[in-house]
Amino acid sequence: MSILIDETTKVLIQGFTGDKGTFHAQEAIRYGTKVVGGVTPGKGGMEHLGLPVFNTVQEAVQATGATASIIFVPAPFCADAVMEAAEAGLRLSVVITEGIPVGDMVRAKRYLASFPAGERLCMIGPNCAGVISVGKAMLGIMTGGIYTRGSIGIVARSGTLGYEAAAQLARHGLGVTTSAGIGGDPIIGSSFVEVLKLFEQDDETEAVMMIGEIGGPQEAEAARWVKENSSKPVVGFIAGVTAPPGRRMGHAGAIISGDADTAVAKAEILRSCGITVADSPAELGSTMASVLANR
Amino acid sequence: MDIHEHQAKDLLRDFGVPVPDGAVAFTRVQAIEVAQELGGERWAVKAQIHAGARGKAGGIKLCDSTEEVGAAADALLGSNLVTLQTGPAGKKVTRVLIEQAQPSGAEFYIGIILDRALERICVIGSAAGGMEVESNTEGVIMETVDPAVGITSFQANRLGFRLGLAPPVVRQVARAITGAYRAFRDLDATLVEINPLMVTADGKALALDAKMSFDNNALFRHPQINELTDVTQGDPREAQAAQQGLSYIGLDGNIGCIVNGAGLAMATMDLIKKAGGEPANFLDIGGGASPERVANAFRLIVSDTQVRAILVNIFAGINRCDWVASGIVQAVKEVGLNVPLVVRLAGTNLTEGLRILRESGLPIKSCDDLSEAAEQAVKTLS
Repeated sequence: MSILIDETTKVLIQGFTGDKGTFHAQEAIRYGTKVVGGVTPGKGGMEHLGLPVFNTVQEAVQATGATASIIFVPAPFCADAVMEAAEAGLRLSVVITEGIPVGDMVRAKRYLASFPAGERLCMIGPNCAGVISVGKAMLGIMTGGIYTRGSIGIVARSGTLGYEAAAQLARHGLGVTTSAGIGGDPIIGSSFVEVLKLFEQDDETEAVMMIGEIGGPQEAEAARWVKENSSKPVVGFIAGVTAPPGRRMGHAGAIISGDADTAVAKAEILRSCGITVADSPAELGSTMASVLANR
Repeated sequence: MDIHEHQAKDLLRDFGVPVPDGAVAFTRVQAIEVAQELGGERWAVKAQIHAGARGKAGGIKLCDSTEEVGAAADALLGSNLVTLQTGPAGKKVTRVLIEQAQPSGAEFYIGIILDRALERICVIGSAAGGMEVESNTEGVIMETVDPAVGITSFQANRLGFRLGLAPPVVRQVARAITGAYRAFRDLDATLVEINPLMVTADGKALALDAKMSFDNNALFRHPQINELTDVTQGDPREAQAAQQGLSYIGLDGNIGCIVNGAGLAMATMDLIKKAGGEPANFLDIGGGASPERVANAFRLIVSDTQVRAILVNIFAGINRCDWVASGIVQAVKEVGLNVPLVVRLAGTNLTEGLRILRESGLPIKSCDDLSEAAEQAVKTLS
């Protein structure tokens, strides 16, 4: 098993014919992802990479039976592409695009919430590395070669720290079920809690590595959820101990606006909820290995 | 993106928020002219910097004659104002706002923010004007706005009533709140703060001070806001970096960092600190960085005279180790290398990247382990 995607998931590429869409569609296909077509408004009827291009997500879904998409649409139009995916009945959209206005995300999430729970789009990102179910499918911009198959779930705001975690786990002989980059923006589709819930239900995932950073309430929420609900060990890390307050550290959402936003405060909450926190980003793999050894 | 008080007041005035009459001045002569045009007998001369707590730092001067206005402007313009919010370096004053001084009254706090937990815009009010909302949440009242509807009259009125205002004043304050919310929403702000909102003895509401910040990601659709940028208030290196597609923040330490990915860049700073050093900067070269972009990053770091050692930390996913290595070698050959350089590469095209570094013949210390790289960089200083 894995979460969110596997080798049977039929995938559309939104923003298919652009440079990024083209490059990463090729990589995804090479990894084994079942890409069934793409959407670029105005280019419907074309063929691209041997796959059909559609003007609208609705047409693409009708023609291909796709249930998921990966979105490379430029930031000014991206929130609209997410809403289009939701309206067309897709169940998962992974949004890679960086730089979406936060006001657009507020409105898009309000729109997603207007669907009944069973028919609602699960959005991952934006501004994220995407999702990889190792050995099965990749909806992201990571290089598949970093990951070895195994039993650890990874969920990270940062793409590169997600890579770092996978590489360090591999050095300790540990592989990954699914790695989900949830993105560095202030408002994101799925937070740590939503992804942790999926890992909890996934039989193959034995433990979860959760990599957070400064800014926002979602690590604390996740920690409380873990304390109440998780039957699996969770290892955490929070980046940004040295980040000065009030500055956006690259990610739009990585900003210390209050005491609870700091890395130290977040690590403290994680620990108090029973999560083992790695002291250093170089100890992600070793911390997980020792937690599993002492189970 | 931050703007000045006078700019925020001009924007808010257009949305129906009552603000004092006033105008900006860049010289002593202009300041006197503005005061004469405004008329009256008492004026406030307010230093315009991108930071608060100006009053206590001497950045706001009350004047009883136009001569005094000129003298106050003279004293403030060109000075470096250090307040509790500027940090020890302070901010340069290049403009002042001249307003008619207002009679005193009751002071309230109105703030509009994005609540990240609720994922909605929230309006915050407090009867304790002038307070710091972060450190004093007692007595703070809040209304959450449904993005599909916008702020409703009953919410704006309720804020006014809960602030303890009399009904005729509530109507005025509600109008100010509604205007401020619309400015926030329509201009893609990330913060609107009116602190204080003053209610005068004759029941008039007036935004005595105003602060606005904007979502950089939305500036493409607000060119009129983008034009309000004041380069004198920011770090010029950060502006230069942004133009080159680099995300850079200058810090106080002496180990320069070149990293890909915001998370890894923060983690690298943390590792340096853990190894006993201090990072000189945050720098994310972004995804798919060309050798040119890497070379620009390198030039930026070596231009910082505080930097005593450089740590490059790359985990290439969509980046390529060979491009990063080429960029470093290219930049070192151009600008020279006067400080130790430690490079840690991992991921895509690693072997090729390492080969380029090795064959360059440059004195580059290569490490494959994350913490070892940070320790090596710190060790070079001793």
